[in-house]
Amino acid sequence: MKELKILAVIVVFTGITYWGVEPLAHSIFHPHVAPADFKFADLDRFEAEGTVANGKSQVEMNCIACHGIESEGIVAPMDKQTANMSYGVVPPDLSLAGAIYDETFLAGFIKNPAKATKTEHKFTGGKMHPMPGYDWMSNEDIASIIAYLKEVSTKKLEKEALELKAEMNSTQDSTEQEAIKKAAEKAHRKEVFENACGRCHDMKYAKIEATSDVSNYMGSTPPDLSMMIIARGEKYLTTFINDPQKHLHGTAMPRVGLNENAQKAVIKYMEETGDSKKEEREALAPWVLGFLGIMVILSFLWKKEVWSEVK
Amino acid sequence: MAHFPKAHGVGEWLDHRLNITALKKVMMTEYWIPKDINFLWAMGMILAFTFKILLISGIFLLMYYKPDVNAAFDSVNYTIMQEVGYGWLFRHIHAVGASVIFLVIYIHMFTGIYYGSYKKGREMIWLSGMLLLILFSAEAFSGYMLPWGQMSYWAAYVITNIFGGIPLIGDELVVWIRGNFYVADATLTRFFMLHVLLVPLAIMGGIAFHFYTLRIPHVNNQTGEDIDFGKEAEKYKENPKRSKIIPFWPVFMAKDVFVLSVFLLFFFYLVFYNYGFAMDPVNFDPANGLKTPAHIYPEWYFLWSYEVLRGFFFDIGPLKAADIGLLAFGFAQAILLFMPWLDRSPTVAPANQRPYFRYWFWIMIVVLIVLTIYGKLPPTGTNAWIGFASSIAFIVMFAILPVITEKEARTVAGGKK
Repeated sequence: MKELKILAVIVVFTGITYWGVEPLAHSIFHPHVAPADFKFADLDRFEAEGTVANGKSQVEMNCIACHGIESEGIVAPMDKQTANMSYGVVPPDLSLAGAIYDETFLAGFIKNPAKATKTEHKFTGGKMHPMPGYDWMSNEDIASIIAYLKEVSTKKLEKEALELKAEMNSTQDSTEQEAIKKAAEKAHRKEVFENACGRCHDMKYAKIEATSDVSNYMGSTPPDLSMMIIARGEKYLTTFINDPQKHLHGTAMPRVGLNENAQKAVIKYMEETGDSKKEEREALAPWVLGFLGIMVILSFLWKKEVWSEVK
Repeated sequence: MAHFPKAHGVGEWLDHRLNITALKKVMMTEYWIPKDINFLWAMGMILAFTFKILLISGIFLLMYYKPDVNAAFDSVNYTIMQEVGYGWLFRHIHAVGASVIFLVIYIHMFTGIYYGSYKKGREMIWLSGMLLLILFSAEAFSGYMLPWGQMSYWAAYVITNIFGGIPLIGDELVVWIRGNFYVADATLTRFFMLHVLLVPLAIMGGIAFHFYTLRIPHVNNQTGEDIDFGKEAEKYKENPKRSKIIPFWPVFMAKDVFVLSVFLLFFFYLVFYNYGFAMDPVNFDPANGLKTPAHIYPEWYFLWSYEVLRGFFFDIGPLKAADIGLLAFGFAQAILLFMPWLDRSPTVAPANQRPYFRYWFWIMIVVLIVLTIYGKLPPTGTNAWIGFASSIAFIVMFAILPVITEKEARTVAGGKK
């Protein structure tokens, strides 16, 4: 009993110290911010209806002078290096844009990129965002562009799903099928990551190199993202990617407007890269702790026996 | 030459040459420990075992770690954590072990203070223990630099800078320690040497010495009773139940192994599920001398003395704030060494049975916890004043210790005893 009392005293003092240097300190270093807003409520809501056909012609007239849409066979007019030198950043391929970016955000972005990305503070004194704003365009045309981009992405994803199915059918082995499926899912997450982050950020441990050098136009070199899942943690990344200004006021990092699913895929991919042994760790833990649990019981019995002879 | 008769069996053969029977008696079966002890008496074994865990996991990490500013971060976070089979496990064990060993050191230390185990012939136990605390601090600090993350770099920068405050030679000393004008490759390689060679060697020597200091005065017990070990040993051989002592093996170790098992269960829970406290997230950003992190703080076990260092945040008269802080920091580092002489009362008893010391002990624990917590929080506004007040409290507590224990000695002497 006395020993349990001593243990309780130690646990209480250790617990208070732990609480002070971990949860308390971290809550002060990273003040609580509002949860991620996947509705992008600060941007104008968008009511207009558009058509895919009109969207297609609008995109052909306005977008493909700079952007490629690989899945539709539309090649970007410049190679990456030239594009980077001309614009300061490589204009993204639009094949997946309709699937990973939020609609409201896309509309806001087409109208006024700096405002939608919350980087207006970086484009003052005559500096222009590399993507021109289309606020002169009618809401119907913008809606049509978005409808078309969505159609393009849906087509691409459906095609990939069919290819995956065919590949899985090529074998009867269910573990092999599972492996094929997992690999395809990871490849998709990688593609989302490359679209959303990979133009500016390196990710050395996944062998991803930024396609653009944005240090000139953004004012600093974006950090490598290999270890960010541990350096910042999932909770921070969830609110940070959704709106970087929340945590780092005045940062050059743009809000990229990912929808909830795409952001989850990005964070999951960061975890697969920076914390790749998570599964192994979690699988091993019960074995080690179980072994030690048995050892606690055995050593207790041994202690009792030995001490019964002296006490 | 000695005469060696033919041996029957390996044991006897060894006994002729190494005298293992006698050695076993001296070291184990007739190495006597008081019976009246609780689980706090197992902390020494837990420390020895945790050190062994650190040594072994460290050896595995050493096989892949690269002490080079361009390769260190990736060798830890990619090669060891992701490529090497179970490299992550060794790193988690090493990092958590380094942090938890300080928790046990502090428990061990305050057990000694609580039971007055540094008095009446036990002064060398205390001093050798404090020497080990210093060596472990050096080991922890040098090891923390090796992953070459942001906190590695900036902690190295801040801590080496402290030496700049020493009069006359300060600036030169900082350059001499760093091996460069700033924290650089030369700093990393020399701290690597300290971490994997010189300091561990010194620790091993220190542990052997610490064990040896126990031999003559013997281990203290729960009541502080002065035991005649010779007499009690005789009694033990007649009837173990009547004796006040037990042999190290198997009786004392049976209890130690049980406490150790409970400890390991807790330890590996941390290794698998709650390791963030020992592997600061900021240190997963690569070192960058041009980008100061928003908050720089040492690991939790250095926070109390770090807070004493920065607690004095304003100039007093001609004294600069930084110099007062440095003096206070030096005081905090050195004062614990003098514990056996600051405590003027000859009574060896648990703190709770001593009239004034009992308050001193628990207030001291609270002061240290306050210093630890505020050592991590940003030193602004009220925090700065709480840090200041608790730093003053820390110094005052040690200043009044001789006074109150002197008074206690007189009360006890003039009273019942």
